[in-house]
Formats: sequence, C-alpha cells, structure tokens
Amino acid sequence: MIKLEHVNKFFGDLHVLKDVNLHVKEGEKMVIIGPSGSGKSTTVRCMNYLEVPTSGKVIIDGEEMTARNHIKLVRRTTSMVFQQFNLYPHLDVMRNLTLAPIKLHGVSQKEAEETAMHYLNVVGLTDKAHVYPATLSGGQQQRIAIARALCAKTKIILFDEPTSALDPETIQEVLDVMVKLASESNITMVIVTHEMGFAREVADRIVFMEDGMIIEEGTPEHFFSHPDNERVQQFLGKILRH
Amino acid sequence: METLISLDAWTKVWTFKSTFLLGFLTTLETALFAVMLSLCLGLLFGLMSTSGRKLPAAIARVYVEFIQNTPLLLQICFLYYAMSFSGHSISILASGIISIGVYHGAYMSEVIRAGIQSIPRGQFEAAKSQGFNYVGTMYYIILPQSIKIILPPMVNQVVNLIKNTSCLYIIGGSDLISITYSFVTGANTGGAHGPAYLVSGILFFIICFPLSMLASTWENNLKKRERLTVDKAKAQTVEAQEDL
Repeated sequence: MIKLEHVNKFFGDLHVLKDVNLHVKEGEKMVIIGPSGSGKSTTVRCMNYLEVPTSGKVIIDGEEMTARNHIKLVRRTTSMVFQQFNLYPHLDVMRNLTLAPIKLHGVSQKEAEETAMHYLNVVGLTDKAHVYPATLSGGQQQRIAIARALCAKTKIILFDEPTSALDPETIQEVLDVMVKLASESNITMVIVTHEMGFAREVADRIVFMEDGMIIEEGTPEHFFSHPDNERVQQFLGKILRH
Repeated sequence: METLISLDAWTKVWTFKSTFLLGFLTTLETALFAVMLSLCLGLLFGLMSTSGRKLPAAIARVYVEFIQNTPLLLQICFLYYAMSFSGHSISILASGIISIGVYHGAYMSEVIRAGIQSIPRGQFEAAKSQGFNYVGTMYYIILPQSIKIILPPMVNQVVNLIKNTSCLYIIGGSDLISITYSFVTGANTGGAHGPAYLVSGILFFIICFPLSMLASTWENNLKKRERLTVDKAKAQTVEAQEDL
C-alpha cells in the first residue's frame, strides 16, 4: 500500500532521511518510534507529499507520487492526523468534516453529513456537531480530527504524534479511539508516537528510527522483549523504566 | 481668514454648488474604479508573493518595492505625460484610475500577504493533506480566516486612496481638489478660499471618516475576540489543572 524506496531527504545541509526503505502492507498498523529528531515525522510526511523527498521513490497504492500527480493521489488515498489537530477554526465541526468530501470528493451535502454523523458517533462526539473547534478541549479536537480523516474514506491514515500536544488526562480518550479504529477497521495506519503501551497494543509492526535511518523493525513482541539492536535496548530502557 | 465669515464668499460657493458636487462625483468615480483595480492587483500579487514559488514571488516583490518607493505624483505624470508624448494618449480619468489603482494595489498586496502569512502553517498542511490544491486551499481555508485580519488595514488603504485622488490635480483632473483649486483661483469665482476649501474638506471627511471608524471598530472587535479566546483557553487550562 505504501512503499518508500531509497528515500533521502535533506533540509539544506542536514541529512534527515538516509536511504529509508519501508513497505506498509494494506490494512497494516505500523508504528514508528524513536528519539526526537530521528526523522519519524519526516518519513510520514513524505507519504503525503508534505515533504518532498530529495531522492528516492514514494509509491502509494501502486502509483509513484510525483509533483504532477500528488494532489490527486493524496486526495484519493491518504488522510492525516496532526500533532496540533489543525482543525479549521472558522468552520464548525460539521463543516470541518464535510468540506473535503463535498468540495473534493463530489459527495452530496446530505450524504456527507450522514457520514460525518456516523464518524462523530465512532469518536463519541455526536453532540459537538455544531460547535466551533475553539470551544473543544485538545482531546476532543483531536477526536474530531480523526473523524475528519475518516470522512474522506481513504485507505490510509497517517498519524503524526497525535497525542504529543495533549494534556495528560485527555491522551487516553484519543488513544482509545485509535485502538478501536485499529481493531475494527481495515484502514492502513502509520502512526508516529511516543506512547509505548499503545504502540504495543495496536501495532502489527514497529519500526525504530534513529538519525534518519530505520535501525530495527519487527513485531511488538520481538521489539519490546528482545530487540536485536543495542540502541533500541537503551532507548526502551530509558522510556520504560518509569 | 476673513472670507470664512464673509457672506459674499459663502454665497459664491453656494452658487457653484453643482461644480463642487461634480468634482466630488469625479473623485468618487475615480476612487471606486481605482479601489477595484487595487483590490484585484492586491489579491493577485499578494497570492503571488505567498505562493512559495520563486518567480511569482520575485515579480510581486519588484512590483511592490518599485511602486512603494517612488512618488505617486511621479507615477501619474509618467503615465499621463510620458504616454501622451509617445503617442498613446489616455484620458485624464483613466490615467488617474490606473496610476492610483496600481499605486494602492502595491499596498493592498502587502496587506493581503501579511494576512495570509498570519495563518499558521498547520492550516496549509491540513488542507494539503486532504488534497486541496493551492486555489482551493486559499479560497476555502486560508482567505476566510485571514479576511478579518486583512479588512481593517485594507479599509485604511481605501481611505488613503480616496484622499490620493487629489493627485489628479497635477494632470489637470476634474476631481474635487482640482475643481476647488480652479474655483478659488478663477477670474469670476476667485477669492473665496476659506469656504471653498472647507466645503471640499467636509466632502472628503463625510466619506473617509465613516470608513476609518468602520476599520477601527473592526480592529477593536478583533482584538476583543482574541482576548476572549485567550482567556477562555487559559480558563480551560486552569480548570484542567484543578481537575488534577
């Protein structure tokens, strides 16, 4: 479903992705972890052209993503949930959810609103359909953002540190929604997160990145119990100790 | 000063009220078309300078810098005299509309650029991640959010533009200022300086003052709303902390 082949990315002189190769299968829930600055977010952002790889190929749903086709390809195949939610503050929740389906996917307003209500129900916020994002808590905004991603009905949803900007007490409500999504849907999910318990619970495969490279990948079982790489052991040691 | 209280001078102005009114209408006409032109140019160049593409941004930069760093009077003279001496004469009114429109277009462009750039990056990224192209992103997501930031300085530009129609005088226009000047220096009408300029000023004032008020009301409302949002966010944080 998603293939990265020899992807390199430079920001000026900074080499942030070094020959990254990755294959995410259809329906797979892949979690990317690693220390900050390791290139996790950049990797995910290459999958929907928010970052353009300096070299290498990104192939989404069998089609190579290029400067020419990325808008249509992204529209058709991927959605994204951001660290900062990025809901549209000038639109109420309902219009946040229906804008892209109506304007980009040619869905009728009635149908788009029915779909929106369905997914608001999934994230448990049907009562917030007609309020503005600014009136919602961070956790609620992020659940709305997940509903917005679902409304596009794409095969892939990318999550870029979806709980990193949240207050501790609202993290769980967002994780719960994502766990439900991971277990009940066939959506391909790529998730960058620091929540290790969550990663263990939802991941089919965990990828560990450091310094722009993938240095370990495997099942959660393999990853948390007996990682091969010493660096991963250190990282887990630091994170899981407390 | 004595003409200010001279009944004779006031009567003279009153007799020629239709002349003043005509000048006023010409000023409004010039301003109206120039505003439309400046809005179009401002939007076009504002979008070009925020497009993230080098060539359009550079073109917009050259336009803005060149126009903002030369006097409007010179631009008007250039357009009117230079053009007519090279055989492409255009009317006084058209020269005025074009040069004033182009001049304020540069300022409008900067206002629009600042408005667009005040919108957080995340909004552009969210739009892009949903598959909106540049025009769709601007139309549905960015401009509706930046309009309230753009409007107050934009209205101020309109006020400046209306006042700058007085530059038409240099090419012999028939706008309010030019009319007033010919009135007070005219053979039959001369001498009534005080009342004439006062009337002219009042006519400008009744158009410009409400616009300025509108701009500052908008601006204050915006600031008030921002404060409210910030307060609310703070209140939420406090609540959340108390919950813990």
